[in-house]
Amino acid sequence: MKSKRLSVVYSMWLFIFVVLPLFMIVLFAFTDVSGNFTMQNVLHVGKYSQVFIKSLIFGAIATVICLLLGYPFAYALSKLPSKSQGIITILIMLPMWMNFLLRTYAWMTILETNGILNSLLTDLHLAKIQIINTWGAVVLGMVYNFLPYMILPIYSVVVKLDKKIIEAAQDLGANRFYVFSKIILPLSVPGIVSGITMVFVPAVSTFIISKMLGGGSNILIGDLIEMQFLGNSYNPNLGAAISLVLMILILICMGILQQYEKEENKTYELKGR
Amino acid sequence: MEVNLLEKIPIISLKNISISFNGHKILENFSLDIKNGEFVTFLGSSGCGKTTTLRIIAGFEKPDSGEILFFGKKINNVPAHKREINTIFQNYALFPHLNVYENIAFGMRLSKKSEDYIEKEVANMLKLVSLSGFSSRKIASLSGGQQQRVAIARALVNRPKVLLLDEPLGALDLKLRKDMQTELKNIQQQTGVTFVFVTHDQEEALSMSDTVVVMDKGKIQQIGSPQDIYNEPKNAFVADFIGESNIIDGVMLEDKLVRFAGKSFKCLDAGFAKNEPVDVVIRPEDIKVTSPEKGDIFGKVISVTFIGVHYEIIVDIDGFKWMIQSTESQVPGENIGLVLEPDDIHIMKKSEHSGEYGDYSAFSDEMY
Repeated sequence: MKSKRLSVVYSMWLFIFVVLPLFMIVLFAFTDVSGNFTMQNVLHVGKYSQVFIKSLIFGAIATVICLLLGYPFAYALSKLPSKSQGIITILIMLPMWMNFLLRTYAWMTILETNGILNSLLTDLHLAKIQIINTWGAVVLGMVYNFLPYMILPIYSVVVKLDKKIIEAAQDLGANRFYVFSKIILPLSVPGIVSGITMVFVPAVSTFIISKMLGGGSNILIGDLIEMQFLGNSYNPNLGAAISLVLMILILICMGILQQYEKEENKTYELKGR
Repeated sequence: MEVNLLEKIPIISLKNISISFNGHKILENFSLDIKNGEFVTFLGSSGCGKTTTLRIIAGFEKPDSGEILFFGKKINNVPAHKREINTIFQNYALFPHLNVYENIAFGMRLSKKSEDYIEKEVANMLKLVSLSGFSSRKIASLSGGQQQRVAIARALVNRPKVLLLDEPLGALDLKLRKDMQTELKNIQQQTGVTFVFVTHDQEEALSMSDTVVVMDKGKIQQIGSPQDIYNEPKNAFVADFIGESNIIDGVMLEDKLVRFAGKSFKCLDAGFAKNEPVDVVIRPEDIKVTSPEKGDIFGKVISVTFIGVHYEIIVDIDGFKWMIQSTESQVPGENIGLVLEPDDIHIMKKSEHSGEYGDYSAFSDEMY
C-alpha cells in the first residue's frame, strides 16, 4: 500500500520535473513564434556547428585532464588511513558548497592581466603570462569546477576493491605494475565511466565559464543557449532547438562510452572456449 | 645426490618468528619445519595465529623478528609475487572481471608462457578439478564449490612448490565440504605438492593431514600425525580441542599406576616422578558401560542424547560429569558402572591449560 502511494508521488515528480520540461523543449524546437509547426529552428542549428565542435572538444579536453588528475588522486586517497580519507573527502566537496559564479569570479581575479598570479610573477621578476581570455582559461575553469565529480565516483569504487583480490594477484606473480594494470584499473572502470559522464555532460553544456574566463571570442554552446533566452537575440524556439541537438549529441557520446565499457568486459571473455 | 639433499632440508622452515599487530602479540618465538611433499594442517580456534603464520609464509606479512627459510634459503625479503608459493584464499578471491579460463591463466600470462602452453595447462587443470567445459563462464555465475575449484586450479596450474590453503572449505555446506576434502587430498597425492592447510575444524584436520600442528595463543601446543594427536594429546588443551575428552585430575603413584576418581588404575604411561600430579584423559568412546557392581567406578546417568552414530551419555561420578559415547542407550537417573582398561587411560603432564577444561557440566565451549 505504502509503496504504491510512494510510486504515485514518484511518477508525479518524474512527470513535472522530467517529462514536462522535455516535452516543452521538443514543442518549442519544432514551432515558430506564433506556435505553428516548423523545421526552421532545427535546420538553423547547423549554422552553429563550429560552436558545437568547440564545446565538445573543450569538454573532452577538460574531461581527460580531470581523469588524469582525478584517478591518481582517488587511488592515493583510498590508500590513506580511513580517518584522513573522511577529512579529505569533505575538503574535496567543500568548494562545491560555494556558489559556482563566485568560484569563477575568484579565478578571474587570479588570472587577470594584472591579477594575483601576474603580480606574483612580477614580484619574482618573471615575465607576465596571458591566461585570461584564452581557451586554456576556459578549460582550467571547467577542470576546477568539475574535478570533484571525477574524483568521488572513482574513489568510491577503488576504496571498495577487495584487498584479498589484490593479494591473490601478487600471489600469482603480479608486481605492482601488473596488479594495477590487470586488476585495479579494469575493476575501476565503472567508477571511471560514471566520472567521465559526470564531468563531460556539464562541461560540454556549461556557460558563464567561457564568458568570464575565455573572453568574448570563446563562446560555447551553453552561452549560445543562454543568449537565446536572456540576450538581445531573444529566440526561445531556436534555444530549444539547440538544446535538443546538444542533448542528442551528448546521448550519442554516452552511448559510445557504454559500448566501450561493454567491449571492455567482452574482451576478457573471448579467450575462454 | 642433490635430490637426497633436498629431501632432507625442510621446504619451509620458520625460526623464532614473532609478530604483533598494534602491540598485540600474535606469534611469539614460533618455530616449525615443514617437509617437502607433506600435507600439514595448522589447527586452532580463531585468533590463535594460524592464518598469520600462513600469511608470513606467503609473504603478505613481515615478521617483527625471526627467519623464514625456503629450502634453507632465507626469504624474509622476497616479496610475495616472487615466491614459488601459491595461496588459496578463504573466500577464493577470484578475479571478478575475468572468466574461468582467464582466472586460471593469470599466473601463466605473467610468467609469459605461450598461448599453446596456457591452453593445454588450463584444460588439464579444469579436468583435474572436474570443471571441463566451464572455461568461458563468468565467476559470478559459479556456485561456491565451483569457485573453490577454480581457485585450486588457478593456484596449482603454476606448479608451486608449496600450496597454502586458508580455511578454503569454510564457506561450503557440510556435504560439499566432505567431498572437497577427499578431492583436495587426492589432488595433493597426485601432484605431490606440499600443502599447508589452515582450519579450525578438528575433524577436517585429522582426516586430511599427514601432520597436524595444534596452535593456541600464538604457540604450538603439539605437532604430530593425526593418530598421535588424537591418541597421545600432550596437554589438556589438545585433548579438549581434538575430539571429546574427559580430563580428570590424577596422581601418578608409580610407573604404570595412576590414582584418580578415588581409585588406582593400571595404565601404560611411565617416566613421571613419584606422586606427581597429572591430567588423565579418557576418550568417551573408550569407556565401556556395565552394571554398577561390575564397574571400576560408578555414577548416575544425567542425560542421554542421540546424535546419529551413537548416544552421548553424561554420567555424574562424585560431582564430576563424564561423557560416554555408546551405541546403547541408558536411562537417565539410573546408576551405571564404567570399565576402564589400561590402554584407555592417557596420562599428560600438568600444563598451563590444566583446569581450563574438564568435565561436561557445561557444554558452552564444546558447541562449535
